[in-house]
Amino acid sequence: MRARRGGVPVCIALLTAGCEGIQSALDPAGRQAQHLAEIWWVMLAVLMAVYVIVLICLAVAALRRRRENLSGMIVPPERQADRRIGLLLGAGVVITAVTMLSLTAYSYHTDRRLSDLSGRTEMTIEVTALQWWWKVRYLDDVPSRSFTTANEIRVPVGVPVRILLKSQDVIHSFWVPNLHGKQDLIPGRDNEIDIVADREGTYRGQCAEFCGIQHAHMAFEVIAEPREAFDAWRDAQIAPASPPADDQQKQGQDLFQQSACVMCHSIRGTDAAASVAPDLTHLASRGTLAAGTLPYNRGNLAAWIVDPQSIKPGNHMPLVSLSPSDLQALLAYLDSLK
Amino acid sequence: MSLHCRRALSILAALFLAAGLFACEREERDSRGPTAPETGPDPGSITLSDLYAGSPTRPAPDLRRDQFEKNAFHLSEGKRLFTWFNCTGCHAQGGGNIGPPLMDEKWIYGSNLENIFASIVQGRPNGMPSFRDKIPEQQVWEIAAYVRSLSGQAPKAAASGRNDQINSKPAEQSTPKASPTDTDPHSPSVEGRQ
Repeated sequence: MRARRGGVPVCIALLTAGCEGIQSALDPAGRQAQHLAEIWWVMLAVLMAVYVIVLICLAVAALRRRRENLSGMIVPPERQADRRIGLLLGAGVVITAVTMLSLTAYSYHTDRRLSDLSGRTEMTIEVTALQWWWKVRYLDDVPSRSFTTANEIRVPVGVPVRILLKSQDVIHSFWVPNLHGKQDLIPGRDNEIDIVADREGTYRGQCAEFCGIQHAHMAFEVIAEPREAFDAWRDAQIAPASPPADDQQKQGQDLFQQSACVMCHSIRGTDAAASVAPDLTHLASRGTLAAGTLPYNRGNLAAWIVDPQSIKPGNHMPLVSLSPSDLQALLAYLDSLK
Repeated sequence: MSLHCRRALSILAALFLAAGLFACEREERDSRGPTAPETGPDPGSITLSDLYAGSPTRPAPDLRRDQFEKNAFHLSEGKRLFTWFNCTGCHAQGGGNIGPPLMDEKWIYGSNLENIFASIVQGRPNGMPSFRDKIPEQQVWEIAAYVRSLSGQAPKAAASGRNDQINSKPAEQSTPKASPTDTDPHSPSVEGRQ
């Protein structure tokens, strides 16, 4: 008996343990996510109550004994009972209608709140989704302060940011549960979403519209940090790639320019200027590789370069055979691109 | 259940089982390719002439022909890479611009898959760059197979059915087959030799 009584709070704790986290819509870190979480809980409570009432009525109907007279014949209900049941049903219809209208009004109100930030954003980022990664371009009034990165979005805490959503191939969807709902990126159409991160932290986002074989590995990170840290990061990103510091890195850079890498990737400050694959100018400053598939470190970078098709089969980075010394040189160079 | 019903059901069941045994083979999508460095097609299979010194029989075609030419995945990857690596910059969508058209029957350097591979990897006079070491060999095979499909040489089941962008020409699947002059027995260059 004691074990069973203790089991209920444990169950509740386990169930709600999934609510917190870096990719949870129930752990809002921004105003809009807060509105969405609130309406979620309200709807859950109301609809749970409705469910319980319906179950009770069903149980009553199923278990109620029919009136029998002394000789065992079933007796039809009296007219008064008829009227009572009629009143109950009428009340039920009215209550249902009122509940549905209230929930609809609340939903409409939440929708209005979600567009509160429009016109008040202080920064614009253009996100282009490709199969299966995110091209992130920070726009600025001064063109020389615009820059391109991939799979990582950093924002200052509390600053509303407007994100323009575009797609190069198929329909994707931008979803950072901690900050907002989903918004599609549709080829040929310019969508936008306004977000604000009211709390510092790293939030994981993911593609939310099936877009092909590696849709499941198309994630990105949104990092909210204090204004000074963000400005420092932004200045570092605008700078061109750091030149190779020693012979091995120089060899790596030469290898990059002479083999298949230069056909698809770009590194600002070098001759590599292709645009179909992620920009690698500050690759080593990112937290993840391959659109959130692997955490960034030298070992994972080596694994990714050596055989991208084993990690993310079907993605557009081909397997390029490299000798071990070539690989080490290339790694030394890429790992220096902070 | 009547005997008639039971017999009909058992016949149906037998048919379904038979269909299961002869089920369609799913196409293999090899996005990885071989891990060891390749050396391209057998040099003996890249020829531009039907005359062979010594042995009267022509060398066997490269074994990779069917693997790439009849595979829809490889053809669609080739189509993607054709735009990625800017082949369209000179060849347009096959109609040609400053580069020769690829959808017609005239082939200057051979129309076989191995010949096209060699043209891409080695480069050609008058403007075709060499892509050796720049495009991995698996991808060069895919581009070469796609180039063949531009003139309708690819099987209808494998060729692309429609474009992802605006159609500038009929899809590769509906492109009429342009018989290459280097293998067409009625072309003057082949007739003269017989």
